[in-house]
Amino acid sequence: MRFVDEFRDRKIARDLGAEIARLARPGRQYKFMEVCGGHTHTIYKHGIEDYLPQNVTLVHGPGCPVCVIPMGRIDDAMFIARQPGVTLTCFGDMMRVPGGSGSFLDASAGGADVRMVYSPLDALRVAQRNPDRHVVFMAIGFETTAPSTALTLLRAAADNASNFSVFCNHVTIVPAIKAILDSPDLRLDGFLGPGHVSTVIGCRPYQFIAQEFARPVVVAGFEPLDVLDSVRLLLKQLEEGRCEVENQYTRVVPWDGNAKAIEVIRRTMELRPHFEWRGLGFISQSALRLREEFARFDAERIFRLPGVRVADPKACQCGEVLKGVLKPWECKVFGTACTPETPIGTCMVSSEGACAAYYNFGRFSRERMQEVVR
Amino acid sequence: MCLAIPGQIERLIPGTDLATADVSGVKRNINIGLVEPEGIAPGDWVLIHVGFAMSKIDEEEARTSLEFLQTMGQAFADEMAAMQQKPPGESG
Repeated sequence: MRFVDEFRDRKIARDLGAEIARLARPGRQYKFMEVCGGHTHTIYKHGIEDYLPQNVTLVHGPGCPVCVIPMGRIDDAMFIARQPGVTLTCFGDMMRVPGGSGSFLDASAGGADVRMVYSPLDALRVAQRNPDRHVVFMAIGFETTAPSTALTLLRAAADNASNFSVFCNHVTIVPAIKAILDSPDLRLDGFLGPGHVSTVIGCRPYQFIAQEFARPVVVAGFEPLDVLDSVRLLLKQLEEGRCEVENQYTRVVPWDGNAKAIEVIRRTMELRPHFEWRGLGFISQSALRLREEFARFDAERIFRLPGVRVADPKACQCGEVLKGVLKPWECKVFGTACTPETPIGTCMVSSEGACAAYYNFGRFSRERMQEVVR
Repeated sequence: MCLAIPGQIERLIPGTDLATADVSGVKRNINIGLVEPEGIAPGDWVLIHVGFAMSKIDEEEARTSLEFLQTMGQAFADEMAAMQQKPPGESG
């Protein structure tokens, strides 16, 4: 499958496109949101929209974990990094994310000890090999990544690590989807459910979308044909008057998720009363913090964080892009003041961000081009 | 960091929840604690995210998924580079 075997795949894609065109009623507009940055990447990289009729649009949601971290949390992490004897570790994607006073790269250039790690376990290893430093891991990510942080915390506890802590910024996808559904800005007709998050939480948590909001959800794989097939399944549900949660990605996603992964998250973390998301504002019970039993590994309890809320730069419209209200190219600074080399907003930083994906793969159809140069 | 990459388990490391996996030719120790309940043995394929196996997949899915990831260009190259890097401050 998937455009690798060019001839066969292009034919399947065209067939799926034809079926989609048949299912989409003329005169009706369909807007489907993909909530996962991986899908956004595939859609632009492989020009998925070229296979869709004009009245079927894909809207990009808040599924890029790097993109949704608000500037205030970056500044808090910078504060930690500047403490004497502290080493801050983070995923490579975080290095260029702008905070209120520069990025981690800038902090590193200014003498702070900030190091990229591939895995939270590597951060723990840095701590164990550098007993004279206090090593903080900046944890970000949805439910896909939270179990890895959870197992690392359990490891740190078992090893009785005394110089390791976690600055926890894990977020949960369902409250963000609910916030978007509750917002009057955007009318959506259905959702492409996130593939990797769903390997952990399974498909059940999306049932409220079908039951309370009467919108279909299809948990989708990441390959071009997966995305097209999922759009087809969404349209088919609408055509047949159904609203259900379907799993297109059964090759990887079990309906009930990964019980062990959920269990280790629950053992180490609990929901915060509220958490600020870039662009979406404060969403209640939408993020995780460490449980009291893990207080000695909690950077938020160890350091007195400023916790200051920092507004996004005026020119930046990441918030509107993350909510799907604006397409990347509709942002005032897209591709001019804001580029992947000198990003103003988070959506331009991560390769999963809608703006970076759009910028890098520039899928300008003729009509879009007219919108851009309007 | 968002990518999940297929790898094949080569060897379980006794007394730990780690295993050596072959990821696109790169050997790396990964944590298999999250998939242990499914039963993991050498030769199995798993989807790896930030050094942890997230789910067991079949060989066909692993191969097609790897082919797909290779079409992603820079994002895949960055992930493989991150995976190969030794943790900072570590030698050898």
